[in-house]
Amino acid sequence: MSGELEFRVAVRDALAEEMERDERVVFFGEDVAVAGGVFKATPGLYERFGGERVFDTPISELALSGAAFGSAVAGLRPVIEIMFGDFMALPMDALVNQAAKFWYLSKEQASVPLVVRCAVGAGGRFGAIHSQTPGTWFHGVPGLKIAAPSNPADAKALLKGAVRDENPVLFLEHKRLYSVKGPAPSEEVLPIGRAAVVREGTDLTMVTMMRGVADALEAADRLAAEGIEVEVIDLRTLRPLDTETILTSVSKTNRILAFEEGPWLGGWAAGVLGSVTAAGLHDLDDAWSVNTAELPIPYSPTLEDAFLPGIDQIVSSVRERGGIR
Amino acid sequence: MKTKERAPGARAAVDTAWLVDALQRMWEVRLFEEGMHRLFLKGEVHGTTHLSAGQEAVPVGVCSALRPDDLAAGTYRGHGHALAKGTELAPLAGEMLGRANGVCGGRAGSMNVIDLEHGLIGCFGIIGGSAGAAIGAALERKTAGGVAVCFFGDGATNHGYLHECLNFAKVHSLPVVFVCENNLYGEFTPWEAVTAGGDIAGRVASYAIPARKVDGNDVVEVRAAAEESVKRARESHEPSFLECLTYRHYGHSKSDPGAYRTKQEVAAWKERDPLILAAETLRGSGVAEAEIEAARTRADEAVEAALAEALAAPFPEPATDGATEYAL
Repeated sequence: MSGELEFRVAVRDALAEEMERDERVVFFGEDVAVAGGVFKATPGLYERFGGERVFDTPISELALSGAAFGSAVAGLRPVIEIMFGDFMALPMDALVNQAAKFWYLSKEQASVPLVVRCAVGAGGRFGAIHSQTPGTWFHGVPGLKIAAPSNPADAKALLKGAVRDENPVLFLEHKRLYSVKGPAPSEEVLPIGRAAVVREGTDLTMVTMMRGVADALEAADRLAAEGIEVEVIDLRTLRPLDTETILTSVSKTNRILAFEEGPWLGGWAAGVLGSVTAAGLHDLDDAWSVNTAELPIPYSPTLEDAFLPGIDQIVSSVRERGGIR
Repeated sequence: MKTKERAPGARAAVDTAWLVDALQRMWEVRLFEEGMHRLFLKGEVHGTTHLSAGQEAVPVGVCSALRPDDLAAGTYRGHGHALAKGTELAPLAGEMLGRANGVCGGRAGSMNVIDLEHGLIGCFGIIGGSAGAAIGAALERKTAGGVAVCFFGDGATNHGYLHECLNFAKVHSLPVVFVCENNLYGEFTPWEAVTAGGDIAGRVASYAIPARKVDGNDVVEVRAAAEESVKRARESHEPSFLECLTYRHYGHSKSDPGAYRTKQEVAAWKERDPLILAAETLRGSGVAEAEIEAARTRADEAVEAALAEALAAPFPEPATDGATEYAL
């Protein structure tokens, strides 16, 4: 459809507009400049802004993130790309020990405005170590923000919000969203930390994010045909967590299902259900989740498809759970 | 000991006014560290400490070659890094004691001091972290002709973190001075036992980064080497590496009596104490004994006043600490 925005183009446009707006914004990573990124999210930026502001780095995730931290403290607003989320195991020190703690430890001497973009998520037959969604590895780190859009409009407005944010932001881009098209954003910039009610309903609150939102909406349509009205919330941000939006919804529906592409133990769904239970138990009749198995992500198409919960699993879990009406 | 011998006073044209200042600053670091040791034993310094006594010439020599707007990153053995870069004694002492007057309000402690006002972007508790911070700082400072320096120990030279940063700095032409404080032991382990090839500077030279071995106990030599490296960074946007051979007088940390070192080795290094060497150089340059002694006296008075100020400062009040998770 003409006039529609592709997710990967939304990412590129957001970076281009922010680099145009603020010369302190720089962008670097592995194969992001000349090649335009392995997911083709950033072509043209190098040509437009030059090699001083957009450059390819060695395959050195720790140096990359150290450079982002140091340059942010000194006065730049770096955006880096860690190619696959799985590689986030490598730059942990600079992000968790340095960037996330600096504002507090320094007694607010300076903020650390940096963005780490990375491609996450399963379903692409990339196997166990190119398919994870490692936002939860960072979920328990005060000082970090974690954003994760579900559509092109949010991708653009949230990434712009991330670049303008004064704090370190992990920006997760689901691989199965890069080719998705949708309308342009209605707001130029979305602040990090606000969830969105993307479908209204009265019987059940379904909380999810990234690629899960499309599945949740499809499942909600099917359930509506059975007379169950589902309210779907797109978290958009894992940290800070917008519990207010979720609690408001649950006060209406009295039921919550969290749908997560990732394991239950230590996952964000457990945190969401915990937050809702702690603050809104009086509103709750039921709370449960649909997660992946407590296993690494398999490679073979039959195994990976079975591993990833989707629309059918959501619908059947709602039916099995019962109690609605 | 692998440092070269030299006759006192053999060096020509030492800037004695600068050296008197450097001697005073080194005494400040030494007396600060001795004070921290004393206060730790009294329970006033908490957790652990990593004292840098014996290694003063490296940060003092290097930082004397910097501009105030150049940035430095230190380590968990970082009291000397902070003082050499300009952090004031009383706020640093307060930080060690966990007091409200601390340079980070008592939130950071001995291993994690940050003082941006004086260009210290942080002291980092993880080996190699200073190098990561420095390449980033250099990326920002580069366009304005600024320089970033990182300090780290011999232990970091076996860490991938440092090697990623060395390569990154070279291929991106970053104005970084990498300063290795080779104090011969990574914690309790002799560096030679765990360092393949046995030549730290030689390894780094393979990155086409100029790498020099320096007598890290001779502040004049450290300063000269640092000036050359800083000039290269500032004018040519190129990294350099200094392997400064030095020795810590205390153990690795508060729980380490240093039993793995022989008395003879410790005694031999204490004869080459950077404070003794600097005083000898001043004498050889004709500076009066009274002036040399006055540098120590000034340092002593400054440190004692700072410790007293810190000891008198209140602890931070949790209720009014005012922490926020995020910057707005």
